[in-house]
Amino acid sequence: MMKKSCDDIILGIFSWACALILILSICLIIGFLVVKGYNALNVQLVFSDTNPVDALLLKQQVFDGLFPAIAGTVLLVCLSMIFAAPLGLCTGIFMAEYASAGVRQFFSLIFDILAGLPSIVVGLFGFSVTVFMHHYLSAKIFPCLLIASLSLCFLVLPYIIRTTQIALETVPLPVRLTGPCLGAGKLENIMLVLIPSSMPGILSGIILAIGRCAEDTAVIMLTGAVASAGIPDSVFSGFEALPFYIYNIAAEYSDPGQLAKGYGAALILLIICACLFFVSHVIRAKFADQTGYKG
Amino acid sequence: MNYRNKAAEGLFFWAALASCIATIAVLGFMGILSLPLVTKGFFPDLLTGSWAPYYGHFGILPMIAGSFYISFLSLVISLPLSFGCSIFITLTQPGIPGKTLKKLIELMTGIPTVIYGFVGIFLLVPFVRDVFAYGSGMCVLSASIMLGLVISPTMILFFIQSIDRVPKTYLNAVDALGGTVFQKLRHIVIPNAWPGIMTGIILAFGRAMGDTMIALMISGNSIGFPHNVLDSARTLTAHIALIIAADFDSIEFKIIFACGTCLYFLTGLAVILARIADKKHA
Repeated sequence: MMKKSCDDIILGIFSWACALILILSICLIIGFLVVKGYNALNVQLVFSDTNPVDALLLKQQVFDGLFPAIAGTVLLVCLSMIFAAPLGLCTGIFMAEYASAGVRQFFSLIFDILAGLPSIVVGLFGFSVTVFMHHYLSAKIFPCLLIASLSLCFLVLPYIIRTTQIALETVPLPVRLTGPCLGAGKLENIMLVLIPSSMPGILSGIILAIGRCAEDTAVIMLTGAVASAGIPDSVFSGFEALPFYIYNIAAEYSDPGQLAKGYGAALILLIICACLFFVSHVIRAKFADQTGYKG
Repeated sequence: MNYRNKAAEGLFFWAALASCIATIAVLGFMGILSLPLVTKGFFPDLLTGSWAPYYGHFGILPMIAGSFYISFLSLVISLPLSFGCSIFITLTQPGIPGKTLKKLIELMTGIPTVIYGFVGIFLLVPFVRDVFAYGSGMCVLSASIMLGLVISPTMILFFIQSIDRVPKTYLNAVDALGGTVFQKLRHIVIPNAWPGIMTGIILAFGRAMGDTMIALMISGNSIGFPHNVLDSARTLTAHIALIIAADFDSIEFKIIFACGTCLYFLTGLAVILARIADKKHA
């Protein structure tokens, strides 16, 4: 074997060092949470003293557990995806299939800016619209679940648009041309050929967007997340959410018991986000096998 | 049939237009709400003065400085790290170690920022406090280290993408001439991937400027001007989060829209610069 040059050895050591530092710091972060949060992680952490079945059926309020925060996060994610997914999909389809080159360039610049917007600015926008409406429309409008999910919808919209657009644009040319050759119209081709064959890309984009919704703190901090609200009874009430709970504990914990719950909550959020990531990954890999290309 | 086609096209177009208008509406709202500051003569003082509401000073300069300080330092920390990792993945260990690292980095993008902040408070802050024995440990340095970790996946994935776009024939040519990996990196990969690398750096900087939770939780949020890396500082994003509870008609409340407009322009500028850098690539 050829002798390695000195430069190469240094480069190898440098790259190994960087990789190890990164791996080590991630292991440190995850390991720290697991070690500290593992003991707190039990049924009591989530449901406190309430019977889990009663709590899930909403018969009984959970006062000291994480259940309201988890429920709040789930509701928030579902609501914002109801708004963001159709809008993002339609926009993505327009960008990939209908827009002229000039329009596409302009819109994609705008969506890039939207993607780059700090989440706190999006939250501030939601908050100021609420305050505006509170003053000029009805004094009953307060930051609430609906406002927060609409703001989150703004936040994740560019991700959905971008992944949909890319997924549609990367459909192989033969697949793209088969429909029109057989006499399909443009809409039929999109609905029956292009969308089904770019489904893995679209789905994994949506799942990543769900992850973004579940983790974001800055937006909901300004648009209606509160420290204790119980399960929200309508979309117009305040709500609890896991990331906000974690932030709140970090800022205001008063005893080790609360801190332990903070670790538990952080671990649960980490597990949820990791699961979403793996689901997205599996969908992508599975469909890529079937259709023979990477979406 | 034709009618349905038209209707669908209309629907898609209006959806796109709505998403587009939303982006512009955010800027419009920020602009209109911070406009009173300009007309009431707060303007030059706003960007240059210090923050002391009780004395009538509403300058956000310390926060702008804090934002730049923390973002810049986090970039300094994470740039070599990200560069090393992307070389590891693409050039020196493209086999199983590289693929595994890439998977891990993709997973990192999914870790919530609030978790980095949470671990930062209870792990990094005490560590920094003990090592430097200065202040509370909540300082620019702690925030920058954590923020560096948060932005490195963005940068690494972007670097990898642009290194992968370097034509394979060029790389094969170096191998055929008996060039070393270092020569390949220096003479082929870096010159060719340079615009892509710049784009990644600019986007990561934008991401660092826009991050709220890390700065809010770890940097200590003092309103003074940070003088060294162990001083506490407050960023524009944290300032918004901290002042939000103020009264609707107060000046403080209007100031946060000035912060919002500032952030909008800074991150928007980053996106536009990144696109220009990326254009040169093509």
